[in-house]
Amino acid sequence: MESRFRVLFLIVATISLPGCAATKNLFGFGSEEASPSTSEAPGQVIDPEVERREIKEAAIDREDFEIGAYVGIMSIEDFGTDVVYGARLAYHITDGFFVESTVGRSEGGLTSFEELSGGARLIRDSQRTLTYYNLSLGYNILPGEVYIGEGRAYNTNLYLIAGLGSTRFAGDDRFTVNVGAGYRFLLTDSIALHLDFRDHLFDIDLLGEEKTAHNLEAHVGFTVFF
Amino acid sequence: MLFAVTAQADDNYRTVAVADPYLELRTGPGRGYPIFHVVDRGESVDIIMQRTDWYLVRADNGKEGWVDRAQMEQTLQPDGDPVSFQQASLEDFTNAKWETGILAGDFGGANIISLYGSYSLNPNVSLEAWGSQILGNFSNGWMASVNVVHETWPDWRVSPFFTLGTGVIHTEPKSTIIQGEDRTDQVGHVGAGFRVYATRRFLLRAEYKSYVVFTSRDENEEVEEWKVGFAFFF
Repeated sequence: MESRFRVLFLIVATISLPGCAATKNLFGFGSEEASPSTSEAPGQVIDPEVERREIKEAAIDREDFEIGAYVGIMSIEDFGTDVVYGARLAYHITDGFFVESTVGRSEGGLTSFEELSGGARLIRDSQRTLTYYNLSLGYNILPGEVYIGEGRAYNTNLYLIAGLGSTRFAGDDRFTVNVGAGYRFLLTDSIALHLDFRDHLFDIDLLGEEKTAHNLEAHVGFTVFF
Repeated sequence: MLFAVTAQADDNYRTVAVADPYLELRTGPGRGYPIFHVVDRGESVDIIMQRTDWYLVRADNGKEGWVDRAQMEQTLQPDGDPVSFQQASLEDFTNAKWETGILAGDFGGANIISLYGSYSLNPNVSLEAWGSQILGNFSNGWMASVNVVHETWPDWRVSPFFTLGTGVIHTEPKSTIIQGEDRTDQVGHVGAGFRVYATRRFLLRAEYKSYVVFTSRDENEEVEEWKVGFAFFF
């Protein structure tokens, strides 16, 4: 009786010891476990035992967007020149093309007619605030570098840009086309200064006949890539 | 100093080994910039960031420069496998769920600027929401609408579509020219157009829509609209 228990115990113990090399071979277990020496392929550049981590592209910092603010002067046709300030958001599609949206605000003064006529006013003071938004497509036509002193080089881009949008001025929303050129000076790979010249064209009939007004803007800006 | 050590450790999983005879580092992210340094086969570089199709990398000797995608794809991961960078393709153009874009054009003689967002139920059918600003000689206004778009051949690079939708239009006559009341009316529209895959996540779009404005007057108004613009899918 006792010897029968011993035999049973031995059988159970043998089956339940898969870690034992002899039983593994006996029952055919563990055949898929490869020995460590066979995994090394010849001609590999880096020893896989050092680190085995995959490149995750999502983990690479993508910096295709550019956000920033600007300040400058804007000449509103017939209404004088005043400070303009605004914000810019751009997305770089390729190394050449980018799309840009801007919103800006300036203030119109008195027309010559209003100054000479004394009290007569063409529009209310509240209507003299000019606000615009633009959606534009830009192209970096002259990428390059500038050198300051002997040891410093900065990347630059001269870009052409054109787009359309709307301008609210003199009590009306006006369809506006903008064309211009700008200069992007990269202080680092992620921070840039802008010098930008833009013509905003819209139709206005405030002084009698309808005409296309050219409203020239020049501004300096600061942007950060993210 | 501690911070620098941590950052260095964090960067390790973006290390790749040069498998081509050499890797060219340029001074800027563009084809025109000069090559100022080469990294030899077998050496490794850390990827710092990506801008459009260019990668800023740091070599073992601390030199930083920009490498284009084609060369980066010739490098090897730490385990010896080739690096593959995912890039939006024509397939994503067909299958992407979300899309947003800007179009502009002519709306019955007035200028129109539109922004839209789209959600694809499947490659053939998507739902869109539009907001438009209308800038005319005699009146200004805005329009908001929703529509269903059907693309018959969504896997084509130039993919035609048909659309059907409804919305509201608000019109404000210009006070300097004519006296009139602001109006808000319901509109219905049918249309057709093309989506054209351009590059990366970028597409061009052109469309025609015919609107019926359900006015409170005796007769409904019909307006034709032509628009072109661009969009992104993601």
